[in-house]
Amino acid sequence: MTQVPAALPAADTIISASWVDYLILVIYFGFVLGIGLLARRSVSDSVDFFLSGRSLPAWVTGLAFISANLGAVEIMGMSANGAEFGIPTVHYFWVGAIPAMLFLGVVMMPFYYGSKVRSVPEFMLRRFGTGAHLVNALSFAVAQLLIAGVNLFLLGSIVKALLGWPLWVALIVAAAIVLSYITLGGLSAAIYNEVLQFFVIVASLLPLVLIGLHRVGGYSGLQDKITEMASSAPADAGVPPAEQQLESWPGQALSGFDNPFWSVVGIVFGLGFVLSFGYWTTNFVEVQRAMASESISAARKTPVIGAFPKMFVPFLTIFPGMIAAVLVPEIVELKNGGSPPGGASGDGVAYNDSLLYLMRDLLPNGLLGLAITGLLAAFMAGMAANVSAFNTVFSYDLWERYIRKDRSDDYYLRIGRLATVGATVIAIGTAVVASSFGNVMDYLQTLFGFFNAPLFATFILGMFWKRMTATAGWTGLVSGTASAVVVAFLSEDAFGAASLGVIPLGGQGAAFVAASTAFVVDIVVSVAVTMVTEPKPASELKGLVYSETPKEDLVDPDEASYPWYRRTLPLAGVALGMVVVLNVFF
Amino acid sequence: MAEQHKAGAFDIRNVIGLLLAVYGVILTLTGLFADPETDKTGGVDANLWAGLALLVVGSVFIAWARLRPIIVPDDVEHVTDDPTRPAPRKRPPAKG
Repeated sequence: MTQVPAALPAADTIISASWVDYLILVIYFGFVLGIGLLARRSVSDSVDFFLSGRSLPAWVTGLAFISANLGAVEIMGMSANGAEFGIPTVHYFWVGAIPAMLFLGVVMMPFYYGSKVRSVPEFMLRRFGTGAHLVNALSFAVAQLLIAGVNLFLLGSIVKALLGWPLWVALIVAAAIVLSYITLGGLSAAIYNEVLQFFVIVASLLPLVLIGLHRVGGYSGLQDKITEMASSAPADAGVPPAEQQLESWPGQALSGFDNPFWSVVGIVFGLGFVLSFGYWTTNFVEVQRAMASESISAARKTPVIGAFPKMFVPFLTIFPGMIAAVLVPEIVELKNGGSPPGGASGDGVAYNDSLLYLMRDLLPNGLLGLAITGLLAAFMAGMAANVSAFNTVFSYDLWERYIRKDRSDDYYLRIGRLATVGATVIAIGTAVVASSFGNVMDYLQTLFGFFNAPLFATFILGMFWKRMTATAGWTGLVSGTASAVVVAFLSEDAFGAASLGVIPLGGQGAAFVAASTAFVVDIVVSVAVTMVTEPKPASELKGLVYSETPKEDLVDPDEASYPWYRRTLPLAGVALGMVVVLNVFF
Repeated sequence: MAEQHKAGAFDIRNVIGLLLAVYGVILTLTGLFADPETDKTGGVDANLWAGLALLVVGSVFIAWARLRPIIVPDDVEHVTDDPTRPAPRKRPPAKG
């Protein structure tokens, strides 16, 4: 470890780790890879029992459910957002996640469970035929590569912060680490991994927040400091006024709308409805966690139980960003319009670096190692999941169906391995793209707008409207994505320098508008095309369209006999009530 | 009645509990013997307190797993790969 950095043109490291920190890191990966190897060899039927997920306690599937999502986006993106915008970032949780998770549990899950659909491309194929399937599989594959790039960039930035290597070296090393993690079996124990990861992240972020709050004098001290900074910041730095950083509504700074009314509309419709419902209801990496459980009732409860810890995640991710924006000299300078040198990309500090700098300034060696471990584990698992999802869709949905049919299993396995390596290499390229965005949240929300918003529109329309035709399926998807891309080009900065600035909206507001446009265009085109094309016969739609699916497939007969805290609807009601209370307080 | 087969070391609560307890020991020792770096933490020995908290949480998980063990049924369905996460192929179970 000590030889290599000396041979490279190493810059100063952001974080100075000691042997204790590396020990903590090594122990974690020892645990995860050890369980992965045991799982591959199936030395114990206990392992099989846990991996199959049958009759796993609901708290385990619930934690795995949110932990599969507690990756790069949540941790670095939300802290970057917290540093830049403050409290309004909570909308990503309380408006942008919880309602959709509850909707998934209450409305969608029985349908998924009953129809036995196992992936979005599969639903598209059975509901709309090959046109929509091909479009969806292609866009899914591209999306996974781009998102893998985000994870890889963040992983690389930690390697860089630790060892001081240039970003491109760190990216290649990080990619090699992820490849070996996949090959060594880290993913076969995904459910252990995800639950462990959740606890390690909480164990490292909670002390960070507590120490940070201690240093700034509690939450009121943080409020005072943010107010003071906002009033003394130079006007051209564009720092949002303190009341906008400390109150979640109407959140103009976050959405980029000047008008408070349109800001609320943008957040509720763009983020809360289109982006978040699109993300949570069509994200089968997450849905699979719930589908594995023993009954419809347990499957429905999984996202609902996940909603409870999810509600409190913002305190662990946004607060560090807000604290960094008043405590860390580099981030303070950045927020005041300066461009301090350093940062993970090497071209200057960005909001993405908030968390790393805060860790440097607040955590003693020991806790520092725990924090590094949590971050590395989350990004690695996140990227590995993207690469694997790409691999599945590429090998089976694209290669086997459209390019080489009827070959042996070994053949497709080889293709899958090549796809894994190929995806990792491409991810290095997409990571460089991601690194050009100062705040990865902007970039990710733009991507979600392209891919998830039209998908959600087609999905929901196809599920509830039996007349919708096959041609409408694929034309809706294509026009939805195309319209989102056009909006992103016309906005100020959704595509970075490539955007034209015709629509006066930047940041995440542009992403919300692009997503909303995609959703509306998709619906309009689908309805119009359906009117002039021939629908599928109703007999082919059983289990695919709500009205054609027998009602008894959708309910669990035992559920009514459970006490209230084990039933889906009362739990969802409690969760919703808690979110409303949180919104009133902040 | 035959002895019931418990999940034991592979019970996910034992895995969580063990990892957190190991971290708890490491952090507690670091907090006791290493420089507490109070200029960073604002005067608190953060490693020590976090270490003790992790020890408590880890012990609670292990105690929970002891008190309410999970019984693995005699016949566990063999798990093939997770279709969303297919990377390494699991070997088929040994015969017999």
